[in-house]
Amino acid sequence: MDGDTMVALASIITAGLTIAIGSIGPALGEGRAVSQALNSIAQQPDSSNTITRTLFVGLAMIESTAIYCFVVAMILLFANPYWDHFAQ
Amino acid sequence: MDSIQISPDNWILWQWEIWPVVKLNATIVFTWLVMAILATSSWLVTRRLTTGTDIPRFQNLLEVLVTGIRDQIRDVSRQEPGKYLPFVGTLFLFIAMANLLSIVPGYRPPTGSLSTAAALATCVFIAVPLFGIASQGIGGYFKHYVQPTLLMLPFNAIGEVSRTLALAVRLYGNMMSGTVIAAILIGFVPFFVPVLMQALGLLTGMIQAYIFAVLAMVYIASANVARRPPSSGT
Repeated sequence: MDGDTMVALASIITAGLTIAIGSIGPALGEGRAVSQALNSIAQQPDSSNTITRTLFVGLAMIESTAIYCFVVAMILLFANPYWDHFAQ
Repeated sequence: MDSIQISPDNWILWQWEIWPVVKLNATIVFTWLVMAILATSSWLVTRRLTTGTDIPRFQNLLEVLVTGIRDQIRDVSRQEPGKYLPFVGTLFLFIAMANLLSIVPGYRPPTGSLSTAAALATCVFIAVPLFGIASQGIGGYFKHYVQPTLLMLPFNAIGEVSRTLALAVRLYGNMMSGTVIAAILIGFVPFFVPVLMQALGLLTGMIQAYIFAVLAMVYIASANVARRPPSSGT
């Protein structure tokens, strides 16, 4: 296997693993955050505006970890910095 | 656009073949387009404003927008929104318009480029100390970097930079993922699923604009309020 194929293989496998593992944590976190927020809204419907806004901001914070993984996977697949190094 | 490009920066629309070579990529052109739409429409609407009970349709729309943004800023920062409205409102309207236009075929949202997202985040990065200094003076603002102890100085500084980075990468990643996934799905399942993804992309685009503006407001407010003595009340 020459260097080109090695880089492609490693990139594709790592990109898949990045997305797969990197979405587990944020998914669990977002589920927990949403369930807590729903509980709070059910108990205090008056403050649902504040809860919803804080929930959205918090979800964006949690989600950004998954987005980082996605960006890394996209860089591996489409803008891999090691292509030129091994593709002579 | 012949293949999947993860950034509209690489899509060169026009090139001037002299030295230095001037390249006009899709990010710049579509940013100009969004700016032109926003500026022209608000100029057209504000040209003749009335105060009666019978206001024109578009003035009503603009008033709803401005009032909504003012209410949101007041809720988030618990301060009078007057001096924050131009900055935060501009951020929200620009990102929202840039993301909403992505239903137009052939348009790539300029927020899906790391350059635009980094520029917007840099504006927030500069605005936070400016608003903080304006409300507390230079000494009062920079005191919070050594707030618990002097040892926390590097960590506070790193936190300032890293949240700017997170702001940029979040916007970029969200918008880029939408366009890239739509482009991939068009290759696999040409008609129906990409439409659903576009609809989802509209929703995430609006949410991202909202979140960017709210986070900018939270950062600015945290530079203003947190170190005020508690007796003055919030």
